[in-house]
Amino acid sequence: MSRSPRVAVLVFPGTWSERDFAHVAGLLGWEARLVWHTERELGEADAVILPGGFAHGDHLRTGAIARFSPVMSAVAAFAASGGPVLGSCNGFQILCEAGLLPGVLLRNDHLEFRCDWQSLLVEQVRGPWLNQMTSGSVIRLPISHGEGRYYASPETLEELERSGRVALRYADADGNVTADANPNGSQRSIAGIVNERGNVFGMMPHPERAAEAEIGGIDGLQIFRSLAEWLVAQPAVAERRL
Amino acid sequence: MRWLAEVHIRLRPGIADPEGQTIAGGLRALGFDSVDDVRSGTLLRLGFRAPSRDEAEDALASMCGRLLANPVMETADWELRLDDEPVGEADG
Repeated sequence: MSRSPRVAVLVFPGTWSERDFAHVAGLLGWEARLVWHTERELGEADAVILPGGFAHGDHLRTGAIARFSPVMSAVAAFAASGGPVLGSCNGFQILCEAGLLPGVLLRNDHLEFRCDWQSLLVEQVRGPWLNQMTSGSVIRLPISHGEGRYYASPETLEELERSGRVALRYADADGNVTADANPNGSQRSIAGIVNERGNVFGMMPHPERAAEAEIGGIDGLQIFRSLAEWLVAQPAVAERRL
Repeated sequence: MRWLAEVHIRLRPGIADPEGQTIAGGLRALGFDSVDDVRSGTLLRLGFRAPSRDEAEDALASMCGRLLANPVMETADWELRLDDEPVGEADG
């Protein structure tokens, strides 16, 4: 792919991280287009990002209303065709409600909203999002959520583990996955998972808030660079027109 | 016919409910020492029209299945009754 990547960044009423994602895309020389939730098409996009926030006020359940927004049909079609989709924080919650990822995110076990830097143990999963990262490495990203406790049925958890789809786990600075390092009570310390094909990635942390050394860290850039490398290697997908 | 439904959405048994646990702790702190179980949930009161009870029940099942509850973590049940004072038709 010779041109720069184009990302569609979804905006629901209450989304709050869309400009941060667009800012990082700009830093990398990418094109970012903000797509309002009532739109039915994503336009020419190489990837779709569902940012954090409180879509529709998180009323009823996180993501429960957002999943029925018109744009989500286009996201589902994009994902089904193998297009890269990233959901961060509230975006992860929406992807779970929409059935694009298994499980749900429940209220943090301590009931507090947790806003902090968090160490994460990386497991390199298939697909666009973590290919520039090494399994076993530890990255630091901000978390900022009140409802991040990952929950899925025992069968689903086993399937995620067996198929190598747990991408990120909460850990301490040395990469030890312990109860103390788990900021919300997530099962198996799960902070991020991918779908079966690996093209849909949901994570509670915020990679867009760790893309400039001046604000504390650049580990989030690895996720964006993974996507860029993958797009270069996948011209057929990258040239998709929707 | 207009119907009133109270829909109860509950976390599935076995899923930790920190809100319920916190409320239980608050009650025990007030001296209600025997409280050993509180489960939180959502109560929704719905008014809607349907030509029969069967169709009202079917509508509620569909509403719960599609939006009101997430079956991964929640169950939903409801109480349904005829609204004998429909909105806009009752006095005062």
